[in-house]
Amino acid sequence: MEVLKIATAGSVDDGKSTLIGRLLYDTKSLTSDKIEAIEKTSKQKGYDYLDFSLATDGLVAEREQGITIDVAHIYFSTANKSYIIADTPGHVEYTRNMITGASTSQTAIILIDARKGVIEQTKRHFFINNLLRIKEVVVAINKMDLVDYSEEIYESIKTDFQKLLKERDYQDQRITFIPVSALKGDNIVHKSETMSWYNGETLLEHLEALDFKDIYNVGTPRFPVQCVIRPKTDAFHDFRGYAGKVYGGELSIGDTVLALPSNTKTKIKSIYFYDEEVQTASRRSSVTITLEDEINISRGDMITKTDNLPTIDKQFTATIAWMDRDTLTAGNKYVIQHGVNKVQAKVERIHHIIKTDYSGIIENVDHLEINDIALVSFKLNKPIFYDAFKNHRTNGSFIIIDPQTNTTAGAGFIQ
Amino acid sequence: MIKNTSHINPLENEAIYVFREVVAQFEKPVLLFSGGKDSITLVRLAQKAFYPSKIPFPLLHIDTGHNFPETIAFRDKLTKELGLELIVRNVQDSIDQGKVKEESGRYSSRNVLQTTTLLDAIEEFKFDACIGGARRDEEKARAKERMFSIRDDFGQWDEKNQRPELFDMLNGQIELGQNVRVFPISNWTELDVWSYIEKEQIEIPSIYFAHLRKTFVRDGMIWTNDDAIVFRDKEEEVKERLIRFRTVGDMSCTAAVLSSASDISSVVKEIRASTISERGARIDDKRSEAAMEKRKQHGYF
Repeated sequence: MEVLKIATAGSVDDGKSTLIGRLLYDTKSLTSDKIEAIEKTSKQKGYDYLDFSLATDGLVAEREQGITIDVAHIYFSTANKSYIIADTPGHVEYTRNMITGASTSQTAIILIDARKGVIEQTKRHFFINNLLRIKEVVVAINKMDLVDYSEEIYESIKTDFQKLLKERDYQDQRITFIPVSALKGDNIVHKSETMSWYNGETLLEHLEALDFKDIYNVGTPRFPVQCVIRPKTDAFHDFRGYAGKVYGGELSIGDTVLALPSNTKTKIKSIYFYDEEVQTASRRSSVTITLEDEINISRGDMITKTDNLPTIDKQFTATIAWMDRDTLTAGNKYVIQHGVNKVQAKVERIHHIIKTDYSGIIENVDHLEINDIALVSFKLNKPIFYDAFKNHRTNGSFIIIDPQTNTTAGAGFIQ
Repeated sequence: MIKNTSHINPLENEAIYVFREVVAQFEKPVLLFSGGKDSITLVRLAQKAFYPSKIPFPLLHIDTGHNFPETIAFRDKLTKELGLELIVRNVQDSIDQGKVKEESGRYSSRNVLQTTTLLDAIEEFKFDACIGGARRDEEKARAKERMFSIRDDFGQWDEKNQRPELFDMLNGQIELGQNVRVFPISNWTELDVWSYIEKEQIEIPSIYFAHLRKTFVRDGMIWTNDDAIVFRDKEEEVKERLIRFRTVGDMSCTAAVLSSASDISSVVKEIRASTISERGARIDDKRSEAAMEKRKQHGYF
């Protein structure tokens, strides 16, 4: 079964956890002991409704503060699809979590409080979903019960949001608006009885109807080698396989391929998935490939078809999201992990900071702070084989590791 | 016969990818093997990741001494058949060395104690990556766990200071003394695991299937009668029941469910229809709302 990953974004108190809880409850995905725990805790707190947010708010600190502070993953499935929701926090200081959640998702839900409309946070959420080129975005206008289920208010929020669409970089993104009340259950799984003016799909109907063929951005096949398999057993004496995951397209037996960085041309001899030989390695499958010729290939090298070659260069410019408390300054040295390949990198130049509320750029900056998004040029100690992020979501992205602390300090999207 | 295309199970492909990252990024990985269905699934995924090579790391079992005998027999058979190296470290030894104290009374178990034995084993063998079968759907504190989860010298989990995990890039850079817990099946649900076991025809211990067992009931849950291991009040009556286990931990903290599901397809059907979550049958999590999170902060797996 296919798995649809959804990132959620909303501000504090937009009712994101409630929306997820409602989705789980109405799809009968909550087990009886979980419902029992929710009922018990809601009653202890003196609520006269079920506090669904308790279904997702995992950490003690969150329960105490009543807010979500990290990325939590929630699972449910219907007869038709499996879903993974990355519940990411909405406050300003946690942009990094939102990017993290969105980086593995193909769909995003942006929540808007119907009483507040499009606020600065909404713009930031949309900006990030657009930056990460999430193909499907659902704008759920929540708390409709608190604005008398007013069509007028819904339409005016929709109009406000549509103004943002002109400014976005990624125009192929599809946007769907749905008026909901997560607390009361309107248009989440069941059609709202009170909003008869809305003829569109409920949230779940919309998600169920999404076709996987449409939500993945198509690119050319790239095969970064994770490790070399050399069994050295009698049965597989000369076996030399390259293990990795195929991104962006398919690879088949007989394909003429180029191994990078050695730049050697050869053909694919066989493709293994475990003990089965296959003709074609599907996209996103973890396979082991053998080649016609003996070439020296090791971890971090790339096997690719001979057309549409990636750029091979020791420098590049990228939009980066900085996620660390330690600042990034021009001249700093980092480790860049591009897929499974690691290189040393030096910050050449910070061009400008991009304001995530679509209010322009800040020039002449000498350092980046946590949650800044900026255009930055890097110089590397050896070439990498990359695509622009807009052409290849996997081969156009990287993470930045601080060699002092080993932490993942940022993420980048190559121009 | 060459098949047309490699089949697409995104969860399986992801797990295989994670296994390969572990072997490429770490010097001394180990697979934490409990004999339960999740760790058995990990063994199959590891086979797939490195075929036709053998699994390039040992298995480590922290034996509480309270395991079901069927689990231990299964463990020995599996490792022998696959020619895997098995390391066993015993909680009893940690007790004898005075490092931990046995609990007593109702609901006493060795579940918490095994953390010390595990941390000692990590230090003894200098393991830098411990692969485990934890899933995010099991419990809400686990929902926030990373695929690569960094532990400090004391095995502690700093849940507020986790590295962000972006795309599928796994950052395994650590300092000397730190280690990483790796969870390749993080994104699987209980049903995903069972369906996989069915599809792959993976052998699992017999206690997962319906069998007659001497049991007693406490707080609405069914416990194995074994007076040496499981605490029982005199008035708690022992009866033979047709049961199976949905999760396999220690005898002292794993409750059974009434079931007549005697093969894998009926087990999958039962799971699909069931309304009580898997960890509902684990008393170790019921101790308090934040039970799992507290144990994890102290190095529990």
